[in-house]
Amino acid sequence: MIVKIEVNSKVIKAQKGETIMSALKANGIKIPSICSMKDFTPTGACRMCVVEVEGSQGLVPSCSQPVNEWMKIKTHSPQVIKARKTIVELLLSNHPDDCLYCVRNGSCELQALAEELNVRERRIMGRKNKYKLDHSSPSIVRDPSKCILCGRCVRVCDEKLSVFAIDFVNRGNRTIIGTAYNKDLNFSSCINCGQCIMVCPTAALFEKDSLPELEDALHNPEKTVLVQYAPSVGVTLAEEFGVKPGKDISGLINAVLKKIGFERIFDTSFAADISVMEMTSELLARKNKKENMPLLTSCCPAWVKYVEQLYPDLLPFLSNTKSPQQILGSVLKSYYPEISGIAAGSIYSVAVAPCTAKKFEAQREEMTKKGISEVDLVLTTRELAKLIKLYGIDMNQIEPEIADDPYGMRSSAGKLFGVSGGVTEAVIRTMPHVSGAREPSRVKYQELRGGKGKKEAEIRIGKTTYRFAVVSGLSNVLPLLEDIKAGKCEYDFVEVMACMGGCINGGGQPVGSDENAVKARMKALYSIDEREIIRFSHKNPKVNELYNNHLGGLPGEKCKSLFHTTYSARKVLL
Amino acid sequence: MDYQTSAILAKYPRGQSDCLIPILQDIQEEYGYLSETAVVEVGRHLDLPSSKIFGLATFYNQFRFEPRGRFHVSLCHGTSCNVAAAPEILRELEKILKIRPGETTRDGMFSLEILACMGACHLAPLIRVNDNYHTKLDPGSIGDIIDSYITGEE
Amino acid sequence: MSEKIHIPVEKEYLVNNVLLNESADLPVEVEKILRFVRKDKVKHPVIMVGTGSCGLISGAGETLLEINKYLLDRDIKADVIETGCTGYCSLEPVVDVHLPGKTRISFKNVSAEKLPFLLDSMLNNIVPHEYVVGQYENPSLELWKDVPLIGELPFFAMQYRNLMKNWGRISPHSIEEYIAAGGYRSYVKTIRNYTHEEVCDIVEKSGLQGRGGGGFLTGKKWKIAHTAMADQRFLLCNANESDPGGFANRSMIESDPHRLIEGLVIAAYAIGTSRAYIYIRSDYITAINRLEKAIDRAQYYGLLGYNVYGSGFNIDIIVSKGPGAFVCGEETAMISSIEGKRGMPSPKPPYPAISGLFGKPTVVNNVETLSNIPAIFENGPDWFMSLGNKTAPGTKILTLSGKLNNQGIIEVPLGTKVKDIIFGAGGGVPAKKELKAVQIGGPSGGFVTSENIDIPYDFDSLASVGIYMGSGGMLVLDEDCCIIDTVKYFMDFIQKESCGKCIPCREGTRRMLEVYENITKRPVDENGHATLERFKGVMQLESLASVIKDTSLCGLGQKAPNPVISSLKYFRNDYEEHIFDRECSAGVCKELRLFYIDVEKCTGCTACAPKCPVSAIIGTKRHPFFIVEEKCTGCGICYDVCKFNAISVK
Repeated sequence: MIVKIEVNSKVIKAQKGETIMSALKANGIKIPSICSMKDFTPTGACRMCVVEVEGSQGLVPSCSQPVNEWMKIKTHSPQVIKARKTIVELLLSNHPDDCLYCVRNGSCELQALAEELNVRERRIMGRKNKYKLDHSSPSIVRDPSKCILCGRCVRVCDEKLSVFAIDFVNRGNRTIIGTAYNKDLNFSSCINCGQCIMVCPTAALFEKDSLPELEDALHNPEKTVLVQYAPSVGVTLAEEFGVKPGKDISGLINAVLKKIGFERIFDTSFAADISVMEMTSELLARKNKKENMPLLTSCCPAWVKYVEQLYPDLLPFLSNTKSPQQILGSVLKSYYPEISGIAAGSIYSVAVAPCTAKKFEAQREEMTKKGISEVDLVLTTRELAKLIKLYGIDMNQIEPEIADDPYGMRSSAGKLFGVSGGVTEAVIRTMPHVSGAREPSRVKYQELRGGKGKKEAEIRIGKTTYRFAVVSGLSNVLPLLEDIKAGKCEYDFVEVMACMGGCINGGGQPVGSDENAVKARMKALYSIDEREIIRFSHKNPKVNELYNNHLGGLPGEKCKSLFHTTYSARKVLL
Repeated sequence: MDYQTSAILAKYPRGQSDCLIPILQDIQEEYGYLSETAVVEVGRHLDLPSSKIFGLATFYNQFRFEPRGRFHVSLCHGTSCNVAAAPEILRELEKILKIRPGETTRDGMFSLEILACMGACHLAPLIRVNDNYHTKLDPGSIGDIIDSYITGEE
Repeated sequence: MSEKIHIPVEKEYLVNNVLLNESADLPVEVEKILRFVRKDKVKHPVIMVGTGSCGLISGAGETLLEINKYLLDRDIKADVIETGCTGYCSLEPVVDVHLPGKTRISFKNVSAEKLPFLLDSMLNNIVPHEYVVGQYENPSLELWKDVPLIGELPFFAMQYRNLMKNWGRISPHSIEEYIAAGGYRSYVKTIRNYTHEEVCDIVEKSGLQGRGGGGFLTGKKWKIAHTAMADQRFLLCNANESDPGGFANRSMIESDPHRLIEGLVIAAYAIGTSRAYIYIRSDYITAINRLEKAIDRAQYYGLLGYNVYGSGFNIDIIVSKGPGAFVCGEETAMISSIEGKRGMPSPKPPYPAISGLFGKPTVVNNVETLSNIPAIFENGPDWFMSLGNKTAPGTKILTLSGKLNNQGIIEVPLGTKVKDIIFGAGGGVPAKKELKAVQIGGPSGGFVTSENIDIPYDFDSLASVGIYMGSGGMLVLDEDCCIIDTVKYFMDFIQKESCGKCIPCREGTRRMLEVYENITKRPVDENGHATLERFKGVMQLESLASVIKDTSLCGLGQKAPNPVISSLKYFRNDYEEHIFDRECSAGVCKELRLFYIDVEKCTGCTACAPKCPVSAIIGTKRHPFFIVEEKCTGCGICYDVCKFNAISVK
C-alpha cells in the first residue's frame, strides 16, 4: 500500500510499513548512517540517521521507524544537523588523530562523515581509550582504538559466516569488540575470511600489511620474484582506481606487475584448471567407491579452517586437492625451476588474492616442503592497488600485456573460480572428459549462477546422475553440514565459499563495495567465459603439457604429492 | 568436565539460550568466577559460542573472570556513600590491597568489587567482607579492618 | 528459628472460609480466628524483629539470635517472628514486643547487647522509654502509658499507607498472615468472576499509572497486549531497581512479597498469559529468598499453577535474577537479558506490548505498579481515584535520604507537596542547616530548589520543571552539599551504567563527566590555553546535553542529561563559582581547595612536608614551612597531620 508522507515540506510517496530511511532513499534523499547494513535488521545504535518527526519527542531514528500516513519529517533541520555533527564529534573525541598515517585514509567512513558535516574544529575533547594492536593473526590486524563500535563486523561474522569469533565485550565506554576471554584473534575461532574488514567503517580492522616484505624481496638481487594473481582480481582491481565495477583489466595487471619488477607473471586460473582436473577425478573415484560423499570443495581456506575447527568429523569429506594458489605455488617451486633454469632456492613466490585467508593458507604447515613455503607472500587486491600507487604507475598510460608462459595460459573455466558456482561449473564441464562419457550439450549452467546463498543442479553424465550444491556465505552451509553428519545428505559435490558470492566479494577486495558492485563483477567473469575459446579446463594445452611431460598423466603419484594435502582438527576457543 | 559443572548443566535443558544467565550464576556461585573451561562447557550445553558467552558476561556487573579471594570485599557506591567518603575508602582499599575492583590479590586472600547501592544509606559509607558488614566507616579504619581478617586467618 | 512460626489454622480452613468466600465481609467467627493469625491478638508474648536488608545490615540478625538465646536460656514461651521493615531506616534494628492483652510496642536501635535489658524490662511490664518508638493502636487492647501512638509520630502521621500497609506488621514468610490481612481474596474473586477485558477496564478506570516513572496508564498497556494477536504473551515485573539511593522495591518484596505476587497474577490474568517473570537484581539476596519462598507458599495454597481454583487460569512465576546492569530496567534491555543476551535496548517500535520477549506481546510493569493492583480490586477503582490528585491518582513510595532528620521509605498520596514531605515525614534538615535543594528521581531526575519546594509531587508537576520522577528517590541537600559534585556523581554513575550501544550516550555521558571533573579540580599547570579549553567544555555542556537527550536510543540516555540541564538552570551560581573563582563554597570539591600555613603557628616540625604527595611543602626544620600554591592539589593530607593547627584552607 502506498502512503503519502511530507518530507521537508514536500509530499512524497512511500510504501506502508517501510522505514523512513528506505522511503527517503527511494526519493533520492540520502541519510547518513554508520551502523545500518543492507539485509540486516536495524540496531538503532549509531543515531546518525535521526530525523525530526512532527509530534515526536526528541529525534527519531529513520532506520527503524516505519512511516505513517502524513508523517511530517524534516531531514536536515538545524536540530538534526547539530545532532549528527555532535555525534561525529563525539566519535572523534575518542579517536586517534592519525588520519594521515591511517590505512583507511581516504576510504574511511568516519572521515567522510566529518567532512560531509563540515566538522572544522575540535570542540569536544577528553580522554581517549587506548588499546594494543592485535597483530597475532596472519591475516587480520585489529586496532580497537579506532573502533567506533558500529557492530557491523560482529553482525557479519555471526549472521553471514556463523563463525562467532567476536562480540561486544564489556559495557559502556569501555566496550570493545573482542574475542572470547579477550584472546588474540589467532587463538579465536576466526577463519580469516576478512568479511569484517569489508564492513568496517574505519581502520579498526585491516589486513596484515605485506608490502614491506615484498619490497625487500623485489630489491633483493638473490631473489627471483614470481607472481600469480587470482581469477577475481582481474575484475575488481580497477575499482581501486575509480573505475566503476565490472571492468576486466587482467591485461593491464600483467603489464603493471612487470613494470613493478616481478620476473614472471602467472595466472592462478591456470592452477584452477589443474584443480578442476584433480577434483574431478577425486569426485569420480569417490562416487565409484561410494565413500565420503559428498565431496566438499577445499579451494576456500577460510572454509577449510572452519571445518577443521567446528566439524573435524567431516574432514574426510573435504577434497584433498589443494587450492589453485597452492597448486601453482607448488609447481613454481618444484617443476618450474627445471624448465626455466631459475634456481629453486632463489624463487620468491607471490600470490595476489582477493582474500585475507589466503595469507593464512600460505603459512599452513601442510603447505610447506622441508620448511620452505610453496607461496612466500600473499597480497590482497587492495594491497596490489597500493603497490601500484606506490610505484607511481599511471593505469591510464599503459598497454595491456599477456601473462607469461607457461602458466599464464588458462581456460575460462578456471577463471570462473572467482565466482560462487564457478568451481562447480568448471568441474561439470570436465567430468565427461575424465569419466570418458560423451561431451555434454551445454556449457552454461544457469542454475548455478547468480547471487543466491545456495544453488543446486542435477546433471546426468554418462549413465550416472550427479547432484551438485553451491553454497556461499558460510551461514548457508550449516543445515547441509548437519545433514551430512546425520547421513542424510543427497548431494555428490558441494562447493563452499566462505564469502557471500564467492571470491569476487572476498575479504581482500576493495572496501565499500555494495551488492551492485558484486553483481557487476559476477557479470564480468561470465562475459569473459562467453568470449573465451577454451572453456574447458582439460582443453588448456599447458595443463595437458604439464600432465603429459612431467606428471605422467592423471591421477599419478606425482600429482598426489604436488597437488594434494591433508587436514587435521584444529583446537581453538570455540 | 568436573562433577559440579555437569551437575549444574544437568539442571537446564540443552540448547536453550535463555538459561545462559542462570547457568552462569550457578557456576559463579559454585566456583566464585567463570573459568574458560566452564564457559566452553556451557557453550557446548547451550550450543552457544564462547565469544557470545564472554560478551554477555562482561556486560553485567555480577560476573568475574578471576577466582574470588578468601575474603571478598564489596564497597557500596550509592549516593549517600559517595557523599560520605566512599571514594576515599576505595582509594584506601586499592592502596592496601594493591588491587583494583574486579581483581584478586596474588595470594588469593582478598578480592574487591564495587556495588551500585546496597540500600543502607543511613549507615553510609559501608563495606561488606564476605557476609560481615562494616558500616559508618572512615578511611582511616580500613587498614585495621583488613588486618583483622589477616590475623583472623592466621 | 524463624521457621517455627506458629500457625493456628490449616490451609484448608483459609482456602474454604476466606479465599473462596466472595462476600465483602467475613463471618464474625472467621474474623475472630484471623485476628490471631495476623497477631492482632496474641495468647503469649510475641517478639518481632524487622529483618529487611536494612535491618540485617544494621545488626538485626545478631539481635534475632540473641532473642532466641534469651528465650531458650530462661525457658520462656514466646513466638519470635521476622517482619519486614517499617520504612523508618534510621531506627533499625527495630524490635516489637506484643504482650497478651496489651498493644504492640515498637523499639528502636535494638542491638544484640541492648536486647536482654529490653526483654527483661518488657517481660516485667516495664517500658524502657529510651528505646521506644511507639505503640500500634488497637481498640480492643490496653494501651501502654506514656507511649506515643505510632500513627501520630511525625514520620508516619502524614503518610497514607496502602502499599506499605503490612510493612513491619506481618511476617513476609507467612502467607497465612497475608491472607488473614485480606490478601489473595481479590485475586481469587477476580479470576473466578471477571473477564480479561473487565480486569483491564477496572485498572484503566482506576487511573493507575506506571510507577516506573513514565506514567503510562497501566490498564491501557494491558489492553494493548491483551488484544495483540499471539499464541503466547508474557508479563515481566521489573524489580531491577539499581539507581543509587533507591531501594524501595527491595523493601516492598522483603516486607510484603505476597502483595506483589497477587498484583502480578491479577495482571497476568488480565493480559491472558500463563507465564510471568520477575526480573530482580541478583544481589537482592534476602528479597529473592523471600520472594521464592512466597511463590512456593502460594503454589502450596493452589494460588499458582494449573487451573487455579477451577477458574481455568494457569500461571507460572519465574524469578529471573538480573546479573547487575542499571540499563536492564529499560524494558527492551530487560527482555534481551531474560532471553540470555547482553542487556542492550533495542529501538521502539516495535513496542514490547506488540513484540517483546521471544517476539511475543509483553507487558513490563514495575514492582510498585503491580503492588497497587490488589487494593484496587479490594476497594474498587473509585477508591483509588480518590487518592492522590486528579492527574495522578494513588500513592507513591519514596526513598528519603541525604541531609534529613528522618531517613527511610515513606508512602504519600501523589500530589503531596515536596515541602511537606521534607519537613513532615523527613523531619527537616538537621543541625539547623539551610535546605539547598532536593534532588528527585536520582540519575534521571533533577533538582527542586528551596524556592519552588512547594511543588506537588506528581508526574505532571515535576515534568513542568523538567524533572522525571524516576523510581522515587528523594535526596536532600543542605548548604554543605555541592550541586556540582552531586551532578558529577550522577554523571559518573550514568557513564558507568551506559550500555555502550548508542554513540550519544556512550561517548557523550563521559564527556559530560569530564567537564565536571575539570571544573572540580584545580589544574596543576594552567596556561591560557587550558583555561580556554575548560571554558569551552562548560559552554558545550548545554548543547551536548540537548543532543544526548534528543538522540539517545533509550530512556537511560535520553534522561541522562537531566541532572545537568536542571542544575544549569537553577544553580548557575554554583557553576560560576567553580569555574571563575575555582572555589567550592560548600568545601566538597576537595581538589579545588588551597591550603596555606600560618607562619605564627608553624613550629617547623616537618610532619607535613614528607607526607605531601606532590612535594608542595618546602621549608627548613624548626622554621615555618610554606606551601607552593602552584603545586598544591588540595588533598588535605597536611591539614590532617598538622598537630599545631597551623594549616588551613585559603
